[in-house]
Amino acid sequence: MRAGVIVFPGSNCDRDLAVAFRRAGADVTMIWHKESSLPPLDVVGIPGGFSFGDYLRCGAIAAQSPICKAVVDHAKNGGYVIGICNGFQVLTETGLLPGALMRNAGLKFICKTVDLTVGTPDSSFTAGYSAGQKLQFPIAHHEGNYVADADLVARLNDQDRIAFRYCENPNGSSGDIAGVFSANKRVMGLMPHPERVVDTAHGSTDGAQMFASLLPVSAFA
Amino acid sequence: MKARVHIMLKNGVLDPQGEAVRHALSTLGFDGITGVRQGKVIELDLADTDAENAARTVSDMCEKLLANTVIESYSVEIS
Repeated sequence: MRAGVIVFPGSNCDRDLAVAFRRAGADVTMIWHKESSLPPLDVVGIPGGFSFGDYLRCGAIAAQSPICKAVVDHAKNGGYVIGICNGFQVLTETGLLPGALMRNAGLKFICKTVDLTVGTPDSSFTAGYSAGQKLQFPIAHHEGNYVADADLVARLNDQDRIAFRYCENPNGSSGDIAGVFSANKRVMGLMPHPERVVDTAHGSTDGAQMFASLLPVSAFA
Repeated sequence: MKARVHIMLKNGVLDPQGEAVRHALSTLGFDGITGVRQGKVIELDLADTDAENAARTVSDMCEKLLANTVIESYSVEIS
């Protein structure tokens, strides 16, 4: 697997994400946001952080950067994309994923490890888990409240596009949704941080399986 | 020519910041507030001298960047 990690000014989980990809056996390229094209890649990772200082709206400026046009093209051509935390916000701002992320319902920045359940193992990102499996991933966000109207939540449920749900909703997200897929399930966004739980020194390796199960993917398959 | 863009959360989208402001106001003794919604205002200085054209351009800016139309609505004033 050839993975690329996009780096924006203000990204701060880019190197963690690169480490997680490399541990799973991927070749990783770091890509600066001013690039206007991607090298040949199977998976693009959009990391967490505070791209462009969260100005205007979280992820809004990043979504308009030159590299994001290339990421949208990559996704439209069947490439895989994972957006974590700020990366999820960027993906909703580009329109690759539905819904939006708003200020947490409790208005506080939340930094803690939460329990999640796997929505579906039927995706390249979650194939290493079983349906309903309980995982613990850390969250660290102020704008993680996933907003989707009842129709969208129903559609995501019907189309098996909910990747992860919170066991105890920490931020007011519609339908307890922590992560969603695009219609072809090749784009996934989630607020929790799987890349922060890939080593026993992290206290858990619950996230490692996500990167391992991506290893066989090819953007051109 | 100046443009002023008002951006508000759409009706039906819960505004946690507005709620917090409402609570704080009632703590200060301001009674009878049944709702508070918080938005933002963006002012633009434009070289354009045609008001209709400017309104169209600014609406386009709102659709593409200034507002997230999934959760926000906007209005444009040109002066």
